[in-house]
Amino acid sequence: MTAGSSGWHAATVVGTQRLTETARAITLSAPGVGGALPGQHIDLRLTAPDGYQAVRSYSLVATGVDERVDIGVDRVPDGEVSGYLVDDLQVGDQMEVRGPLGGYFVWHSDDVAPVLLVAGGSGLAPLLAILRSRVAAGSAAPFRLVYSVRTPGDVWYPDELEAAPPGVEVALLYTRDAPPGWPRPPHRITAHDLVADGFSPADRPDVFVCGSTGFVEGAAALLTGMGHDPARIKTERFGGA
Amino acid sequence: MTAHEPVPVDGNALAGPLLFLTTTDATTTVMRCVTCGRTDVMAHARVYATGVGAVARCPGCDAVLVVVVEHPAGTRVAMPGTAWMSSGG
Amino acid sequence: MGIVTRGFGGRRPEPEKPLPPGQFLTEDFPVLSAGPTPNVDTDDWALTLRTEGESRSWSWDELLALPAEDVVTDIHCVTRWSKFDTRWRGVSLDVVLGDVETTGEFVLAHSYGGYTTNVPLEDLLDGKAWIAYEYEGEPLDPVHGGPARLLVPHLYFWKSAKWVRELEVLDTEQPGFWETYGYHIYGDPWLEQRFA
Repeated sequence: MTAGSSGWHAATVVGTQRLTETARAITLSAPGVGGALPGQHIDLRLTAPDGYQAVRSYSLVATGVDERVDIGVDRVPDGEVSGYLVDDLQVGDQMEVRGPLGGYFVWHSDDVAPVLLVAGGSGLAPLLAILRSRVAAGSAAPFRLVYSVRTPGDVWYPDELEAAPPGVEVALLYTRDAPPGWPRPPHRITAHDLVADGFSPADRPDVFVCGSTGFVEGAAALLTGMGHDPARIKTERFGGA
Repeated sequence: MTAHEPVPVDGNALAGPLLFLTTTDATTTVMRCVTCGRTDVMAHARVYATGVGAVARCPGCDAVLVVVVEHPAGTRVAMPGTAWMSSGG
Repeated sequence: MGIVTRGFGGRRPEPEKPLPPGQFLTEDFPVLSAGPTPNVDTDDWALTLRTEGESRSWSWDELLALPAEDVVTDIHCVTRWSKFDTRWRGVSLDVVLGDVETTGEFVLAHSYGGYTTNVPLEDLLDGKAWIAYEYEGEPLDPVHGGPARLLVPHLYFWKSAKWVRELEVLDTEQPGFWETYGYHIYGDPWLEQRFA
């Protein structure tokens, strides 16, 4: 199927799943969109009846099935698009998709280096796709996900993360409220949270950091400060705080 | 309502708008800043995307590297602050 | 036009007076910027008016000493949002341009941070424009253009240059930043002059 001008493809919502109080996973059927690599994103275009258009980028939370687009959307305060996607959108609704996009923030399943994934809130999205593709490919690359959220209610896919297979470590960091008895008191990510056997600078891991601009720049500074090679750190900033 | 300081995203956000320019991918495109000489990938540019247009700035010196405007006659890309662009190795 | 998405854009307030074509009403005040917010100390701030014959400047204290007025006006952004009855305080450009003598008919406004925009000189006169330093009764927030911005509400709001520092009067029309990349040289919202 050929794209419209500038690469936009018609897409239909085929499924939704509430992730948290402010976030929803959305599955779209998008003929003509395929070949996505884990870490890539799509652009979503919504057109209002009066012709007003809004375009937003969303990372794919899963890859591997052509013509299927899986995204996770967090409602941004006063966000006209995220508010619609999280609260109003229904199965059957139509919009337009462009992509898959982005060759920089990508993991290849034949890479063997250890992978350190650092997620701030909804920045989990592309890192989850990377983690899922590692599992699907049967890769033996050591993986560690460090996932920073405000409260336990903000965790996306908690069951899936808890059931992570051997070779995949998941560390949850709470910044505001932690579960009762949690050994780490709530606070923002520090260098200590990024220290782990097998994922030190000497192990030369590939590092992927995604989240708000403030989170990414803070985490990247911690990583380079610890001695991680900047050339092995890839970043994707979502804006926000 | 509290006014919020506009926070830039990065050049990953330009992958879509710049699709028409390249058969490969814009985020790994290497650019040299005319103003300070820094050479870096598009993904590292600080992108202020506001609906009027997207302004990609040098992560080193903040100079304007690339401007993208969604003109009705077609996406328009200007590179006023870029000495050159390369697909890299 | 793309595929219309059911329910998108449906929650907008209804306007009580006409909007320019293609606009919708907002109660927010979105922050749109082409770059980081400049950090300008009023101790260092200056507004310069440059013509073919002269250049004169006002310090912050000198600006505040000029007669100021309260302005209530509607503003219209080219990205489609409009806001009614915004309240500002500032110095009319009639006062700033007052007794300047020039044959120039066009103005290029320069901002701290490098932004530029152009406006015909006559669109700054006769009560149509201000150097605004208060919004809604408070000092103008830097993210909205403080310490002072140009306010030209009869044109699309990209012409109301934030962090204004110089008005350069020219003989020929010189496009500013967005005008160079395809936005309309004049920008009348009622004629929907968004793009060139």
